Amino acid sequence: MLLLAERLAFSYSADQSRLRATSEATRGTRDAAVRDVSLTVARGSITGLLGPNGCGKTTLLKLLAGIITPASGQVLFDGVAIASQPRRAVARRVAVVPQETHPAFDYTALEMVLMGRHPHLDTFQLEGPRDVALAYDALDATGTSHLADRPYMTLSGGEKQRVIIASALAQQPELLLLDEPTASLDLGYQLEIQALLISLNRERDVTMVLATHDLNLAASLCDHLVLMRSGQVLAQGATEDVLTVDAIRQVYGVTADVHRHLTTGHLTVVPLSRS
Amino acid sequence: MAPGTSARRPVHVRLAITVAGFGALTVLMIVLAPLIGSTHISLSRVFDPSIPFADNVDAQVFFVARLPRVLAAALVGAALATAGVVFQAMLRNPLATPFTLGVSAGSSLGAMLAILFGASATLGPLSPVPLASLGGAVLAAAIVYWLATQPGRPISTSVLLLAGVTLNSFFSALILFAQFIADYAQVYRAARWLMGDLDVGSFTPLYGSLPLILAAFAMFAVLPGALNLLTLGPDAAAARGVNVGRVQRMAFISASLATSAAVSLSGPIGFIGIVVPHLVRLLVGGDHRIVLPASALFGASFLIGCDLVARTVLAPVEIPVGVVTAMIGGPFFLWLLVRKG
Repeated sequence: MLLLAERLAFSYSADQSRLRATSEATRGTRDAAVRDVSLTVARGSITGLLGPNGCGKTTLLKLLAGIITPASGQVLFDGVAIASQPRRAVARRVAVVPQETHPAFDYTALEMVLMGRHPHLDTFQLEGPRDVALAYDALDATGTSHLADRPYMTLSGGEKQRVIIASALAQQPELLLLDEPTASLDLGYQLEIQALLISLNRERDVTMVLATHDLNLAASLCDHLVLMRSGQVLAQGATEDVLTVDAIRQVYGVTADVHRHLTTGHLTVVPLSRS
Repeated sequence: MAPGTSARRPVHVRLAITVAGFGALTVLMIVLAPLIGSTHISLSRVFDPSIPFADNVDAQVFFVARLPRVLAAALVGAALATAGVVFQAMLRNPLATPFTLGVSAGSSLGAMLAILFGASATLGPLSPVPLASLGGAVLAAAIVYWLATQPGRPISTSVLLLAGVTLNSFFSALILFAQFIADYAQVYRAARWLMGDLDVGSFTPLYGSLPLILAAFAMFAVLPGALNLLTLGPDAAAARGVNVGRVQRMAFISASLATSAAVSLSGPIGFIGIVVPHLVRLLVGGDHRIVLPASALFGASFLIGCDLVARTVLAPVEIPVGVVTAMIGGPFFLWLLVRKG
């Protein structure tokens, strides 16, 4: 196992200690964003995080990245608790692609990607030729090297997302956490990001966890799914076993048709009605 | 972005070019500004080793009468410009200034109280007004900091901004009240202090502010890489290895320290902290590892230049330097705002 999360709980209300005190007895309080979540991520796998809006997917991703600290439970990366490691050490192995990134000041695409080298540099160290080469490599891998000198703010939504993925790649992570990587993209870019993620997974051996609302993306990309509702895990396991008509009704309250697509060979979900 | 500073050049090359360029400008300003004034002096006579200092009137005018003021301008300009850069990055707000979070109002209140109650007292070489203004600035920063921080969590930048703006108004009300009960002479002194004045008279006042500003600069030195990432947002910064809470605290403390020290030396001189960082960004791009040292050097040059205008344009009358920076900075900033749309 590359990543192991044990009984995580987190609340955005101010008093984390209260949650910690009560979580043992009640398995979390009402206002908890995430409660009693345990999951495993195998090295080399792509895990999909599914669930309705506000079910705790983004919070869980932040917990897995160590950006926020759980009130109780722990995240083990490669057998070591990430809470016990310096942020810099974690960021050398785990990278995050958020839904959207809005810099307060403008940087070029290349500068944005070079920021991914930050955890690999010492405090007073400036990036060297190797860091720049890695940044260009990441730009190439995401098909954005022609944008290197463009101001980030002038890029389209799809270009921005690919530059941010490049920035995460420049971190040389073993684990990539993606929050709705295709949410703001048109069909063409969606396919492009999908193909990019598959190639990164196969060629660079990057393990991925991605939160998404796109069940068909999850079905085609992920070999493992985690279904969430109200901050808790409803089901997890192999995609084939988890993505069922019953599960979709339970999680989304939607009646859907799930069948195997003839040409692609993976499951396809067609939502029919609100049940 | 200006040619010659393309992001394609390695960052250490761009840093070297920028520091050399702005550094040369600063040195030039420090050497040339003391030459200009009511008494004409020549640079060659100032540095003529054959004339003993006691007989060299030009050297005396240069070193004793004018250089302290020029160096004060350099120090204050550098401190306010860099504090502006750090506050803007930390608050993720291009409109932030060194005075946004209440530091200037706190120091003004301190100075006002010293003028009202303690103007006659002196504490060795340190006069009460700078000391009281430093105290007021530190107090204001401490209150804002205390309001916006919770242990173990990133600083809330929105609470920080609101607390700072509110504290500014509150302290301003106290200043108005102090002015209301003060006599005309005291109100006049306070009003002059608020306009900003770099006429420090000798090197002595510099010795008080220099260590504080150097301490702030030492803290700035470890920040720029993390500041780049902070401008992407706290989560994005944390995901790339930044200890967000620690960097925010260091940024707040160091920038407040630089601002407090500068204001206690010269009074609150506005617009430097917002005009200089934005001008520098237009020239060298957004990378804080370059913007921060460039702003220190350009801030120093800019304020030396403004002070030169202040003391020469209507000579023998001196315009308050805060008026000059605002008259140059205000329209420029509006232009910048409109241009960005």
